Amino acid sequence: MSHLLEIHDLEVKFALRTGDIIAIDGVDLTLDRGETLGLVGESGAGKSVTGFSIINLISKPGYISKGKILFNGDEISSYPDKKMREIRGNKISMIFQDPMMTLNPVFTIGTQMIETLLAHKNISKKEATKIALEKLKKVQIPSPGTRLNQYPHELSGGMRQRIIIAIALITDPQIIIADEPTTALDVTIQAEIMDLLQELCETDNMALILITHDLAVVSQVTEKIAVMYAGKIIESGLTHEVISNPKHPYTIGLINSIPGSTKPGEKLQQIPGMMPTLSEIPSGCAFNPRCTEKKEICETIIPEPKKTDSGSIVSCHMR
Amino acid sequence: MFAFIIRRTLQAIMVMLVISLIGFSIKSNIGDPVRDLVGERVTPAERAAIADKLGLNDPFFIQYTRFVKNVLHGDFGTSLIYRKPCLEVILKHAPATIELVLGAALIIILISLPLGVFSALKPKHLFSRFIMGFSTLGVSIPVFLTAIMFIYLFAVTLGWLPSYGRGETVDIFNNGYWNSGFLTIDGLKHLVLPCISLASIMLPLYIRLIRSEMMEVLETEYIKYAWAKGLSPKRIWLVHAFKNTLLPVVTVFGLQIGIMFAFTILTETVFQWQGMGFMFLEAIQRADISLLIAYLVVVASVFVLVNTLVDIFYGFINPTVRIAGTK
Ligand SMILES: Nc1ncnc2c1ncn2[C@@H]1O[C@H](COP(=O)(O)OP(=O)(O)O)[C@@H](O)[C@H]1O
Ligand SMILES: [Mg+2]
Repeated sequence: MSHLLEIHDLEVKFALRTGDIIAIDGVDLTLDRGETLGLVGESGAGKSVTGFSIINLISKPGYISKGKILFNGDEISSYPDKKMREIRGNKISMIFQDPMMTLNPVFTIGTQMIETLLAHKNISKKEATKIALEKLKKVQIPSPGTRLNQYPHELSGGMRQRIIIAIALITDPQIIIADEPTTALDVTIQAEIMDLLQELCETDNMALILITHDLAVVSQVTEKIAVMYAGKIIESGLTHEVISNPKHPYTIGLINSIPGSTKPGEKLQQIPGMMPTLSEIPSGCAFNPRCTEKKEICETIIPEPKKTDSGSIVSCHMR
Repeated sequence: MFAFIIRRTLQAIMVMLVISLIGFSIKSNIGDPVRDLVGERVTPAERAAIADKLGLNDPFFIQYTRFVKNVLHGDFGTSLIYRKPCLEVILKHAPATIELVLGAALIIILISLPLGVFSALKPKHLFSRFIMGFSTLGVSIPVFLTAIMFIYLFAVTLGWLPSYGRGETVDIFNNGYWNSGFLTIDGLKHLVLPCISLASIMLPLYIRLIRSEMMEVLETEYIKYAWAKGLSPKRIWLVHAFKNTLLPVVTVFGLQIGIMFAFTILTETVFQWQGMGFMFLEAIQRADISLLIAYLVVVASVFVLVNTLVDIFYGFINPTVRIAGTK
């Protein structure tokens, strides 16, 4: 049987006035039913663009310039828009980063939940309302009945994100793509939301792609991990393998910079330098200017992904 | 919401007081009620006696209070040229102007909404470029030029439409006040050119406003999210984006309707349209101060009333305003 989701050699370009820039460069990913995958990397690495590519909703002027995306074996990356709409919000749901900006301010929560159902299922408004209520209970919202008639601004950020999770669940999708779902929230409720999401995916056997810059979250939540750097996946594998035995110097640097990864009293290690902007990616390995193990070859030849002894896949000349 | 309405109403009353104060100051400085009453042929002594009797030598504040009291009872004094109460004169001229503005507003709504939305959704389409070019041109042509061009083309050259007057009207309430041009073919024909001329002032502005508001809304996260939910383009554009676009546009529209009343002065002059604007010019030419002030106060009241209603309506369609009002 085919994988639930396969991304093959994905390339995404942005057509800027100054010429095309490559934002996603040869990304490969697979996801199976009920599996959880963490997509990590610094801001600007291309995580969100990868997520939006899956539902073919890259912001203009971006477009998929190469590669293909298969969902249950069907090549959805070549679907016309009308057919793609049957997947979006139905088979593959998305949770956005900032719950304060995601809901339309002039419609009630109920309207925004129900319209999603009505767009995909052939049911009455009454049935849809019932399902909406059910899902609100599922995301543990207090007094769900009154929420339906409330407007977004009447609810806190944490509540709104719960509602967005409820909307994501409403059509019983096979995949949820959560793009930094807790980044915009208070630290105190981040864990609650993350736990809820994880629990729901587990009970309903939904696959989850968790996009985050927070390696600590990924190590607690997901089974698989892919580390992105400047539009490429530089290391991927089972989360516990990669975390306990990182291979790529960038991954090692990321892990060392997690608070708690070093002994108490020891200074946190930061990776020196910054990720290059897409128009200034150095030749060879994109990470080479910041790398502690850099050799001559790193400046000229782009490293190919290869399998390591621990089972993870790494793109580095030194492994 | 209730508190919001109360607050908004109090504000409106404040504004009206200020306007009445200005109106009264003008009237008491340059008006000459004695002349209005008895004309020029009286001796200075008689004039002084009449002025005293009318209370014109009372302190300013007392006179002002009397003025406000009279105005509240609908008494704006007597018009010099019409020899009738000012309010009656204005009320008889108002329907013509209101119908003119109504027709123009209707034209603006019917044209600017579809054109603005279309050019926002398909900015690169040839038709959108044409609309934008046309509206740039439209913004820079003065209204009387448009009007004269229309008269020349449709009335003089083609002879399709009448070029002046209101045509056949129907007395709706059978009391001589509201003669409507909307109910007869001839009346409607007479409405076309003046309404288009008046609409043409604001139309380009609205197309641009709706377009830019809509384009801004289309870039928001919640619209991107609506796409991610798999909604149809029709729902996203015409329900989600449209409602958010409409909010600021409604406010501007409400404000501009008041300004349109001011522009009717030009349009009515060009088309010999017997409305308030026409009457206003006449009042200026013949120094009918009472009528001028009455016009000022009445138009300002309408302006303030419309603004207040628009704000309250806005409060109804925009949930965040409602909350701000109740807190
Ligand atoms: N709308 C856009 N226009 C131009 N470039 C974009 C746009 N969106 C994203 N990019 C480019 O793609 C890169 C990756 O962006 P993104 O996927 O949002 O990063 P992140 O990993 O933080 O989610 C950015 O560094 C930026 O250069
Ligand atoms: Mg992002």
